Amino acid sequence: MALGGGYFKTTYDGDLALVDTRLRRVTLAALVVLLLVLPRLASPFALDLVTQVALAAVGALALNILTGFAGQVSLGHAGFIAAGAFTTAVLVEHRLPSPLLALPGAALVGAALGVVVGIPALRLKGLYLALGTLALHHVVLYVCGEFQNHWGANTGVSIPPPRLGAWVLKGTTAWYYALTAVAAIVLILSVNLQRSRAGRAWMAIRDREIAAESVGIDVARYKVLAFVWSSALTAVAGALFAYQRAFVSVEAFGFFLAIEYIAMIIIGGLGSSLGAVLGAAFVTLLPYGIDAAVAGLRVPGGAEYYLFPVKFGAFGLLMAVFLVFEPQGLVGIWRRIRNWFSLWPLRYRPLRRAS
Amino acid sequence: MTQVLATTVVVASLYALLAAGYVLVYRATRVLNLAQGDMMTLGGYFLFLGATSVPGAPALSVAAAIVLSALAGFVIYRVLLRPMAGHPIFAAVLVTVTLGILLRAAIVLVYTDRIRHPLPLLGLANPPRRLPGGAVVSTFDLLTVGVAALLFVALFAFLRLSPLGIQMRAAGEKALLAAQRGINFQLLFALSWALAGFAGALAGMLYASNVRLDPSLGVLGLKAFAVALVGGLDSLGGVIPGALIVAAVEVLSVRYGDPLLADVSPFLCLLAMLLVRPWGLFGTKEELERV
Repeated sequence: MALGGGYFKTTYDGDLALVDTRLRRVTLAALVVLLLVLPRLASPFALDLVTQVALAAVGALALNILTGFAGQVSLGHAGFIAAGAFTTAVLVEHRLPSPLLALPGAALVGAALGVVVGIPALRLKGLYLALGTLALHHVVLYVCGEFQNHWGANTGVSIPPPRLGAWVLKGTTAWYYALTAVAAIVLILSVNLQRSRAGRAWMAIRDREIAAESVGIDVARYKVLAFVWSSALTAVAGALFAYQRAFVSVEAFGFFLAIEYIAMIIIGGLGSSLGAVLGAAFVTLLPYGIDAAVAGLRVPGGAEYYLFPVKFGAFGLLMAVFLVFEPQGLVGIWRRIRNWFSLWPLRYRPLRRAS
Repeated sequence: MTQVLATTVVVASLYALLAAGYVLVYRATRVLNLAQGDMMTLGGYFLFLGATSVPGAPALSVAAAIVLSALAGFVIYRVLLRPMAGHPIFAAVLVTVTLGILLRAAIVLVYTDRIRHPLPLLGLANPPRRLPGGAVVSTFDLLTVGVAALLFVALFAFLRLSPLGIQMRAAGEKALLAAQRGINFQLLFALSWALAGFAGALAGMLYASNVRLDPSLGVLGLKAFAVALVGGLDSLGGVIPGALIVAAVEVLSVRYGDPLLADVSPFLCLLAMLLVRPWGLFGTKEELERV
């Protein structure tokens, strides 16, 4: 089985290629074809699940840029999502519901918010930064709540489906294609960001800040840049969230949402784009999996009542299990399996290769 | 005016009880226990458990709830936090987040999410009292203030005077050195968690008796962070001024501003403090490097 060698590149193009072996090209092509024909194969319900995963993946990839690459802890992710969603809501309230305006607008608001948080964050580390972002989450939510009370109906703001000229984005299949495409673009963006100068600077800062500074990395600039990228993408995810749900309400952006996104990147594997996508899929599908398991087990009536706490508890338990026993996440498991097969009957690679 | 003052002191006492839990755990293990609010809820439900199994015996129920909560804190440290030694601190903090989720799920599983009132079951009442000066507070408001004052006096005495308390401070300052002097710091860390469980249970029982008991009380714990941080995360003495400041800002902003501000004002205090003096009013200045 031909896996990327890593040692034998003879051209710069070969070194830059994202997909470098035939096996990977074939797998990727198969995946793309599968995603394209999925609407013909799968039920609308399954399609909707994939759409949700794609949407969650955008948010998780964005958080991974900040926490996974740059090592800056954030408990305020839900606040950034809310900022994007409410930017859309404000534009809709002002009769400007076009996504051509809302998505860049959300990105701009997110980026601005990233600067606002990023600059004070230069002074703070670890727990203090986590607390600061948590406080920011509450402040953003308060501002959004004020907006909702003054302009929207008390319970929230309805968002019309996005419209480009005469074309309206509506229906499960259309949403599936749209959000999967967005997720794919963000995934490629995230992978490339990690390989770029900024990404390498972020990882250096994450691993040891003083060492990063001593090799000439402008720590302040790159930290703020990480916040800006992450929060701009997160706000776009928020705007997409608003359009897809067709409704925006403060209640949807509680502290628990931030925890869910953190769980995604932890369970998936911190610092890996693939991990963020896997984690998003895992966390999004977990409650449905429990539903299916309960339905399959034919638990006697009245069990529906216990379903919510069971799902909630299972989520907490899995997150704890990954934190304690598998800090590398799903990606770590995947890498171990892959290495086991590619190295058999040996146990270790000759040299450590970054993958 | 006196009413504002009285309300501030009452709110501050509740926050101080909660923040004491944060500070105790943080001093020992440098972990911020994001589940402190849910440990408070747990204490409230332990009281409810006692009240339903032995109705009309308040002393017994309270004692049982205190013992169970302290025990829960001990077990939590042993089972969840001990394995996190050597992992990044933030991973340990996330483990406390999952602990909060698990506690809340367990509570909903056993007791559903209905609002409960343990006080009538205990055979007690909560009549309003008029204070000199015209302010009106409930009996349990007064009790909250009294319990908070007592707890802090007891904690100070314990940490300053008793050998165990002095060992606890030593272990919190430098676990390695303490271990070399023969101090069992694992036991002391577990004890800190037990004390945090105890303080949380006091807050939970008082709040459940005074206002209500439901599984989402833990949200109150998030607001109490602000208190711990304003006072200084590692300063028990800082909790009292921190609680008074945060409570005053909250009570005043609700009275003269917008009721919605109640949820956000503690966090505004927190942000202001982070910008000016991240280590808090009385905390020790840690390695908060700047770029």
